[in-house]
Amino acid sequence: MHPFATEVQELSGQNLSRCYQCKKCTAGCPTVSWYEWPNHGVVRMIQRGMRDALLGSKTIWMCVGCDTCGTRCPNGIYLGPIMDALRSLARREGRRVPEPAVLAFHEAFLASARRFGRVHEATMLAAYKLKTRDFLTDLGVGLKLFAKGKIPVLPKGIQGKAEIEKIFRLGS
Amino acid sequence: MARIGVFICWCGSNIAGTVDVDRLVEMLRRVPDVAHAENYMYMCSDPGQDRVKTGIREHRLDRVVVASCSPRMHETTFRRAAASVGLNPYLVEIANIREQCSWVHQGDKEAATRKAFNIIQATLEKVRRNAALEAIRVPLTKRALVVGAGIAGITAALELADAGFETLVVERQPEPGGNVRRLYKTFPFHEDARDILGPRVEALRNHPKVRLFTSSRVTAVEGYVGNFRVEIATEDSVPVEETVGAIVVATGYRLYPVERMGEYGAGQFPDVIDALRFEELLREAAEGGRPVTRPSDGRPVRDVVFIQCSGSRDPENHKPYCSRVCCLYTNKQARLFRDLTPEGRAVVSFMDVRTDCKLTEEYCQRNIEEADLVYVRGRVSRVWQEGDRLRLWTADTLTGEKIELDADLVVLAQAVEPAPGFEEVSSLMRAGVDQNGFFQESHIKLRPVESSTRGVYLAGAGQYPKDITDSVAQAMATASKIQSLFAAEELSQDPLVAAVDPDRCSACGLCVPICPYGAREVDRAVGHSRVNEALCQGCGACVAVCPNKACRLKNDSPEQVIGEIEVFTAGRLES
Repeated sequence: MHPFATEVQELSGQNLSRCYQCKKCTAGCPTVSWYEWPNHGVVRMIQRGMRDALLGSKTIWMCVGCDTCGTRCPNGIYLGPIMDALRSLARREGRRVPEPAVLAFHEAFLASARRFGRVHEATMLAAYKLKTRDFLTDLGVGLKLFAKGKIPVLPKGIQGKAEIEKIFRLGS
Repeated sequence: MARIGVFICWCGSNIAGTVDVDRLVEMLRRVPDVAHAENYMYMCSDPGQDRVKTGIREHRLDRVVVASCSPRMHETTFRRAAASVGLNPYLVEIANIREQCSWVHQGDKEAATRKAFNIIQATLEKVRRNAALEAIRVPLTKRALVVGAGIAGITAALELADAGFETLVVERQPEPGGNVRRLYKTFPFHEDARDILGPRVEALRNHPKVRLFTSSRVTAVEGYVGNFRVEIATEDSVPVEETVGAIVVATGYRLYPVERMGEYGAGQFPDVIDALRFEELLREAAEGGRPVTRPSDGRPVRDVVFIQCSGSRDPENHKPYCSRVCCLYTNKQARLFRDLTPEGRAVVSFMDVRTDCKLTEEYCQRNIEEADLVYVRGRVSRVWQEGDRLRLWTADTLTGEKIELDADLVVLAQAVEPAPGFEEVSSLMRAGVDQNGFFQESHIKLRPVESSTRGVYLAGAGQYPKDITDSVAQAMATASKIQSLFAAEELSQDPLVAAVDPDRCSACGLCVPICPYGAREVDRAVGHSRVNEALCQGCGACVAVCPNKACRLKNDSPEQVIGEIEVFTAGRLES
């Protein structure tokens, strides 16, 4: 197996050699239209060791991790964790991220989770909007959610905050 | 005057929806020698057949026409029904008013009814001149000949011998065993081929009912089912002649020669080999406790590229068919190689992976996972030498890229083709082959182990590429067919064959070479030609060629055929 494939396999916990390219993952993916390569192509590229192409790609950032692919895969391969592994490798290597807004969202989400032990939508969205300097997109949706009480004003903490912090420290 | 009964079938609405079956009955009742006519919804059903039987008895019918579907469907049904009430079955004829009338004239009831009436009238013309015939009885020799002692031939021979029938086995090579002798381990359980073959070969050699002829070939075959006279020639000795009742053709396969694959450098580079050679390399390595080594310089092999479909699925340049066994043995070989050389790399170039036998899909997938086999989808286009290694051009059609590969050894999964000499066996046995040289089965679904000649059966990869499982299964089926043939004390055959009028025959001999079944000979002693009724298939070639009109087909005489045509031409045919 190509060393890159071994690396991704270890990071993601997914057995890539089980893939027989039936393309069912691609057929069900809701975000594949925004990818440079379809899902099954990503698996193939990992097997072939195409590191640079993948780690610099838009594809790995456009995956929303819904795991429809993994739910349907006849060989039990989940592309979500594989995409996570690829994003993580791209960040570690300091690669340019072609979708900065997606990165900003991930960062705002994680920062919020780390701070409160769970995500507080209002402050997370504020941080995200500040980072991207895009204040108007989805504003209407946000107001609707707020009106229905789906976005609490004040953050609520959790009991196991220390453990959450431990996870973050292990991961960084 | 004859007393003919006509039974018209509706075939539900298949016939009755287009043909006016009531009017047909009225019209037929006006024909002088038609003693009875009726119609019924399904004449082939039990109540329908009972109507035919009752009709024959009550109206004292001496001939019957059933107007229904093609005779290929129910001729036998109605002949049996007639025979059960004492009417000679060859006095029953079918008028095909379904395939040749109602199905092709839907929407024109008037014309279809007229045509159906013509077809029935023509059949009446024929049946009026039919003779009562008796089935031909042929004596039966309960001894079998098996040609080829590969796994299929050995299996068929042992099955027959175990059933108590003497069996002659003729093998061209000095040893029995065929291609299985060259195999190392078999899929899907990695059982050693020697463990599969060894006990069978021993059983064959020691069986009291088996006579094994090695380094031998069949040089002549004459006769017919139940009574073949065969000549077996063994190296440096006088040929022996034997009589057998049935023959099994189990001549097997060989791999398409690698030299034909110019683009893969086979024949040019010693490290490009075929898959059977690789089986031997695997065995040598495993038994010597060392890695697989290269044929060129004996160095250990690290990287192997396996090329599947080499010569198969290439109608333009090589063989159009899929060789069926390559996907699995390639996967097996790659696995066994990786087990022997953990630091090595096995790349398989494939177009599709076809795993059509029990447990083989799971086997194949497990090997890919456990032995980390690299499958690259695409056809290799070129192999060349660079330094002391081989390089390959191929494409990864899953990413759409052209790629280059390195290898110490290239293994070609060569197409399976009929073993050389199949032409000779085919013409000796009169067993037809297809355009690829594989022996042709009589019917691909319903008579898969019978050849085009009665009494000659097929087993093994000479009929089509097969793995050991399928070869053994087919050999056992073949042996069963022969046992049911041998269960009778004598054979009976359809008497619808050619006959000679000795007064008209001038012994010119034209009928001898035209006969495709070898059923004709000129008997100089009596001064006319004869028909071997056991061989004759009733094709009529001799009737057409005979300048004196001395040959005729029983119940298909020129008078009958012309009588039928005259119905359709309303007497306008010039005689």
